[in-house]
Amino acid sequence: MTIFESELKKGNFVISECGNCKTIVWPPNDYCNNCLSNVTWRKVNPTGRLIEFSKKDEKIFGMIELEGKIRIIGKLKINQSDIKDGQCVRLHSCNYDNGPQFTFVSCNGHY
Amino acid sequence: MNKVAIVGYGNTKFSSEDKPIEILLTSATRSLFDQTRNIEQKDIDVILVSTNDNTKYLSAILSELTGISPKISHTVENLCSSGTNSIVSAYSYIVSGLADMALVVGADRCDCPGQILEWDISRGEFMHPVFWASIFTKSHKRKFGTTQEDLAVVSAKNHNNARFNPHAYSDKTYSIDEILQSKFVTDDLHLLDCSRPCSGASSVLLASENVAKKFEHPIWIKGIGQKTTSASITKNENLTTMTSTKIAAKQAFDMAKIQTNDVDVVELHDAFTICEIMALEDMGFVKKGSGAAYVRELHDTQDNKINPRGGLIGSGHPLGATGVAQVVEVTQQLQGKAEKRQIKSASIGLVHNMSAAATSSTVLLLQS
Repeated sequence: MTIFESELKKGNFVISECGNCKTIVWPPNDYCNNCLSNVTWRKVNPTGRLIEFSKKDEKIFGMIELEGKIRIIGKLKINQSDIKDGQCVRLHSCNYDNGPQFTFVSCNGHY
Repeated sequence: MNKVAIVGYGNTKFSSEDKPIEILLTSATRSLFDQTRNIEQKDIDVILVSTNDNTKYLSAILSELTGISPKISHTVENLCSSGTNSIVSAYSYIVSGLADMALVVGADRCDCPGQILEWDISRGEFMHPVFWASIFTKSHKRKFGTTQEDLAVVSAKNHNNARFNPHAYSDKTYSIDEILQSKFVTDDLHLLDCSRPCSGASSVLLASENVAKKFEHPIWIKGIGQKTTSASITKNENLTTMTSTKIAAKQAFDMAKIQTNDVDVVELHDAFTICEIMALEDMGFVKKGSGAAYVRELHDTQDNKINPRGGLIGSGHPLGATGVAQVVEVTQQLQGKAEKRQIKSASIGLVHNMSAAATSSTVLLLQS
């Protein structure tokens, strides 16, 4: 498992940031994709922006941007009728179980 | 620079048959030999196999099974655009002078492992392509007012075009209403908005200018554009633009010194209905936001200029074969050999093939 995956399994969303040029490396890796220096790992700022969403069966999923750089597709625990384009969302939980899982809620916590 | 032409091709029928990958590859190779005059196994310098199959050493296996001992042989894997990537590699071997004649054979099975890019952790638990396609679709709807019916028109047109493609997975046609009433896969995509993974193989033979003269009606590769922006779905400039397609198309048109209005026939990568609309916009055939209206006009006038073999939606999508099959179709069109699919007086054609949410695209321009 990668560092990202093993931390995810513990419920931590960590990101790799270059120790030299401070680039956030996403998707995560041990080396910077700008200057190829070693990265350091830190927790992500869990508040982000919902870019787009759709729904499969009863599961709402959306593309979320964190720290203005990291884009991921996560599950949204928000009532569909309450979702607004570009709205603020917060990472509610994450896990790694045969693959990554990210769940987001509205920033005001209502869902 | 040396010129390179396509001088032969072969196809298998696309189906859900459970055939071993080497049988599919051999079958498309035999189809090429059956249809191409003046060719012997000893003439072939290069064999490239385009596939996502997990079987190792397939180009050497195909060489042995077809009695060919090439100088150069290897597999090319680049997900859904493996086919055109193989053709660009074959082109490069010939242009460099390393080879005079290259055989490219693409094949995949319906259980092909290339449908999901597990590496892309940014997809979370939503690994299947229907999720990024739904997000692209929703975004295009929001920005340009594209409707579910606009998408259904793409599917109706391409299934209708596939009627006359003897190698298509199915010749079944659907009305717009039938597509709109088909099962929803997500809130933004019906099942009939999606291409179908299947088993199939296609092949093309490329030759240098001197060697090509020995063949009937060579079709010249005039323009090549390729761009990879990323592997993950995180780098598009926005969700309604396929950046790699836009860049690859510009490169190909610049290289060929051809404009969009010179193009008579197009095979483009309609993995999902929204991809056809976006590709037409991003390659510059229509302005941004006008793709759906253009496709509707094609549908209403029975014009099969875009995806005459039925595209991926109409023909099926055996990943490694798709880009090769697209090139076969455009070659047949430019040779006037497309039978009931023939576009009158076609002399310039375009192929657009891409991978993984358009993170990588190839555009080829061919001329008779």
